[in-house]
Amino acid sequence: MNAHVSVHEPIHTPVPGPLFTRQFRWLLLVAGVGVAVTIWRFLFGLGAVTNLSNGYPWGIWIAFDVVVGTALGCGGYAVALLVFILNKGEYHPLVRPAVLTSLLGYGLAVLAVTVDLGRYWDLWKVPIFFWQWSHSPQLEVALCVMLYNFVLLAELSPALWEKLEKSPRPRVAAFASKAMRFIHKGGVWIIALGILLPTMHQSSLGTMMLLAGPRLHALWFTPWLPFLFILSCLILGYGIVVCEASFAAKAFGRPRETEMLGRLANVAKWVALFFVAFRIGDVALSGELGLLASPLGAVFLAELAMHLAAAAVLMSATRRADPAWQVRAGILLILAGTGFRLNTYLVAFNPGEHYRYFPAVPELLITLGFVAAELAIYLWAVKTFPILGGRTAAATRRS
Amino acid sequence: MLSETPSTRASLGLLDRELRRRDFLKFCTLAAAAVGLPLSVAEQFAEAAVLGKKPSVIWLHFQECTGCTESLLRTTAPALDELILDLISLDYHETLLVPSGKLAEECRHAAMEANAGKYVLIVEGAIPTKDGGIYCKIGGQTAIEMLNETAEKAGAIIAIGSCASWGGIPSADPNPTGAVGAHEILKGKTVVSIPGCPANPYNLLGTVLQYATLGTLPALDELNRPKFAYGQTIHEHCPRRAHFDAGRFALEYGDAGHREGWCLYRLGCKGPATHANCSVNHFNEVVGAWPIGLGHPCFGCTEQKLAFRVPLHDTVPIDRPTPPDTYPPIHAEQGGVSPIATGIAGLVGGAVVAGAWMAAKKVGDDEPKPQN
Amino acid sequence: MATTTDRRTLLKVLAAGSAAAVTCSSPAAAAREKPAVPPEALGMLYDTTACIGCKACVVSCREANHLEPDTGAEGLWQMPEDLNGRTKNIIKLYHEGDRVSFMKSQCMHCVDPACASACMLHAFHKNPVNGVVEWDPFYCVGCRYCQMACPFNIPKFEFDKAIPKMVKCELCRHRVEGAALTKKDGFTRYPKGHGPACCEVCPRQAVIYGKRDELLLEAKRRIAEEPGKYFEDRVYGEFEGGGTQVLYLSHVPFEKLGLPKLGTEGVPQTAYTIQEGLYKGFIAPVAAYAVLAGVMLRNRRANQRGEGAPAADDSGNQGGRQ
Repeated sequence: MNAHVSVHEPIHTPVPGPLFTRQFRWLLLVAGVGVAVTIWRFLFGLGAVTNLSNGYPWGIWIAFDVVVGTALGCGGYAVALLVFILNKGEYHPLVRPAVLTSLLGYGLAVLAVTVDLGRYWDLWKVPIFFWQWSHSPQLEVALCVMLYNFVLLAELSPALWEKLEKSPRPRVAAFASKAMRFIHKGGVWIIALGILLPTMHQSSLGTMMLLAGPRLHALWFTPWLPFLFILSCLILGYGIVVCEASFAAKAFGRPRETEMLGRLANVAKWVALFFVAFRIGDVALSGELGLLASPLGAVFLAELAMHLAAAAVLMSATRRADPAWQVRAGILLILAGTGFRLNTYLVAFNPGEHYRYFPAVPELLITLGFVAAELAIYLWAVKTFPILGGRTAAATRRS
Repeated sequence: MLSETPSTRASLGLLDRELRRRDFLKFCTLAAAAVGLPLSVAEQFAEAAVLGKKPSVIWLHFQECTGCTESLLRTTAPALDELILDLISLDYHETLLVPSGKLAEECRHAAMEANAGKYVLIVEGAIPTKDGGIYCKIGGQTAIEMLNETAEKAGAIIAIGSCASWGGIPSADPNPTGAVGAHEILKGKTVVSIPGCPANPYNLLGTVLQYATLGTLPALDELNRPKFAYGQTIHEHCPRRAHFDAGRFALEYGDAGHREGWCLYRLGCKGPATHANCSVNHFNEVVGAWPIGLGHPCFGCTEQKLAFRVPLHDTVPIDRPTPPDTYPPIHAEQGGVSPIATGIAGLVGGAVVAGAWMAAKKVGDDEPKPQN
Repeated sequence: MATTTDRRTLLKVLAAGSAAAVTCSSPAAAAREKPAVPPEALGMLYDTTACIGCKACVVSCREANHLEPDTGAEGLWQMPEDLNGRTKNIIKLYHEGDRVSFMKSQCMHCVDPACASACMLHAFHKNPVNGVVEWDPFYCVGCRYCQMACPFNIPKFEFDKAIPKMVKCELCRHRVEGAALTKKDGFTRYPKGHGPACCEVCPRQAVIYGKRDELLLEAKRRIAEEPGKYFEDRVYGEFEGGGTQVLYLSHVPFEKLGLPKLGTEGVPQTAYTIQEGLYKGFIAPVAAYAVLAGVMLRNRRANQRGEGAPAADDSGNQGGRQ
């Protein structure tokens, strides 16, 4: 199939129906509990709600909300890479919902960081006092993520302008058209930035843990960690796009891009396989295979096994074309990427055998609150703005 | 009457006393308690004393200052009179003996003959060995000869004071007379050492009491010192210990810390390396009558490795560091895992993954199966 | 038809476009230069064989730094178990069978401090003259990355406070108050009352301070005086982790005292090399950006030429309007 012919611009439309469904209320409740605990945290300090200690200064908020959260928000990056750089225009309908999940993932990661920061009120100084900038990989992540949020907003803004273009007030409509044209013109530069920035900060997320030096287990401590983090954000990104597209289509009665998702999953398969091969090769070349016979070696193998499981599902063309198996593969991809990232930030990090960490209940409640808020905002966004595709490429072809 | 104050007792005169069992038992109990002997020993000892079975004691003086005798004389419980007339039979003691010259030496010989194998020999002072031991002679005998002669038939030998225990001041560098402790001369015999400069009289009394009553010697450490007195360092029971633990040290004599009674370690106190019970049993029943109690650092008089060797104001390493539980370990356990949190995380995580996995089936429900 | 254009584009992307991915993630070839010991580096020397565990240093540190007494969650006073938000210096005990040693724990003032490399705005930074690793609250956002990075587990965070600080030994720099260093008896020190409180109060000189090279000399003199007395006859901190300004002499293995086995390379070396290699002068990211945009412009032109359907477009919605 020729990508150039088959792709028609899908028409995005808001999802009809009431916003305040039962599920939405439940999400708001969980998010509300999270907010309450967050207030508690700001009043009484981090020690009051977390199990963080001087040995494990970073817990689930960083490892999951930020490190995994931004990777889950890499759907936009992963798809944009295919669409715009590799010129696979066929995946275009997936871009807008993917960018929305990206924005949610990144925006909430920034919020999670703010909750986690001990001296959050000084955060504004980071981009401002540039003469104090250091070589810290975390500074790179911070600046990049801040900037990337604006890029994502710009990438998603056509959804807003499209809605406003239909505004009954002519001045608003005129402004929206103007903005749309502006975005359109600068598109290439914005999207290039949208690809460059995640490449930079996702790799820096890997560099960050290299500073832990001897306290990071040798199976994870590799100068290639930044590269592995790029691979893993692609794996997570593809996983989330497949799941999100499938569930959204099902939930909102939208036509499903089964064929396209199958091809996307195939790309993910090769990335996952490459990840596993690269990881084993790297460990073998640094002569650390002996470390596999240890508890953390087992964790390492489990992590790779998860990647292989996802790839194995996607090996068969039948399964690749089966919507249920696509989703299952997506789940496996997400679990695999999450595993790798949680391992690097928590499990393989050893400040000393005398330190223990497992998130406290309020800590978990805040994370759950974030996830619930993310889902609630997603529901609100797709029901308010034209984000989800109304027709599939396949449907267009069929018609 | 025996329980009355020393002054009344003295005015009553020695001849007026009569042994009354109850009072005597009271006194023996006090003495035994002071040195850490059980009450039963005090009872047995009182019985024996009432029956007139008093141990014969021969006390030799060599190179010394008589400080140990002097401190013994100033003990009020038991008072000297009670001690030498009621508790023991002091048959030879050059400072206290009534006879002199030839008569004195005859007393010693007579006591040795009469109590052969039973008498207690107490040695005070170091024994010079250089040039044939000529630097200390009594009645024409060198200290070495006299000691050997007297020790031969002794039932128990006790060296009192640091001089007799390990040489003391006379043995300080350059040790011109070759002074040594009694055990160096009496090789092969058990010489109970009660070092100190002076030795605390209670440690002597306790040892003598036990020997006289039970016929045994107290448990001894590797330097033959009674463990009841020398088993701990001064530091371990020092009344100023709290200041040491809190890091509050007097820095010079008369400074604020010194006046406040802070730890004297930095002034050179040897308490942490000195084995003795001074911090528990002060001298002569006067509270605070011991060096640290008076604001002076311990100078380690009982320890051969310290006294007259390490300069007065030098600090020393601590012999046995305090029990570990007052210090944090190198790696203290920190952080915890709440079972509730694990439960919640497991449930939510599991539910999401399982739910999604199950839902995956529904996703494809209304989709036509792909035709390959 | 996966057209030749497609394949060519793909190849080009692999060759040039993914330069971003590769340059942003590969270990840069040139390792960064090893940081040198500052000219006037001050430090401390701790000797386990001299320490008597009196904890005078712990108390004087608390007083000198105006740290609150340590209390547990119940508000009861307790002995600190480890360095924490109220304890910058602590004496610990190693006890295994007959082997006993005290251990003084505080900031090592590394020559190549990982905490400073981790810090975004140089809140943790090394004094360029005396090498003391200092903390500047103004630039600290409380991210605790320093804690993740420090191989000695030294910086502590006040988890129990709503307005927390990072807490660690800064060699009593607040006590200097402009006092001048003078050399006396072989050691360069401040007048009494202006130097590190723990060193000034130590009754046994188990911990002393002075310039690092003087202390190193003294440590080696002690080793030479009694060979075999100290573990491996060496000074911990001379080379470990790129060198530290606080040096240790011990009669038990250093690892038993909680001092980690480190190579001679600074802990931040790997991360720093990558970071500096990628972002020096910001050339690589700008180049990658140009390549990415170039590829996309080219794709767009090719698509427009080929189909008139701009597949690879920015936000993909002008289809509806065309």
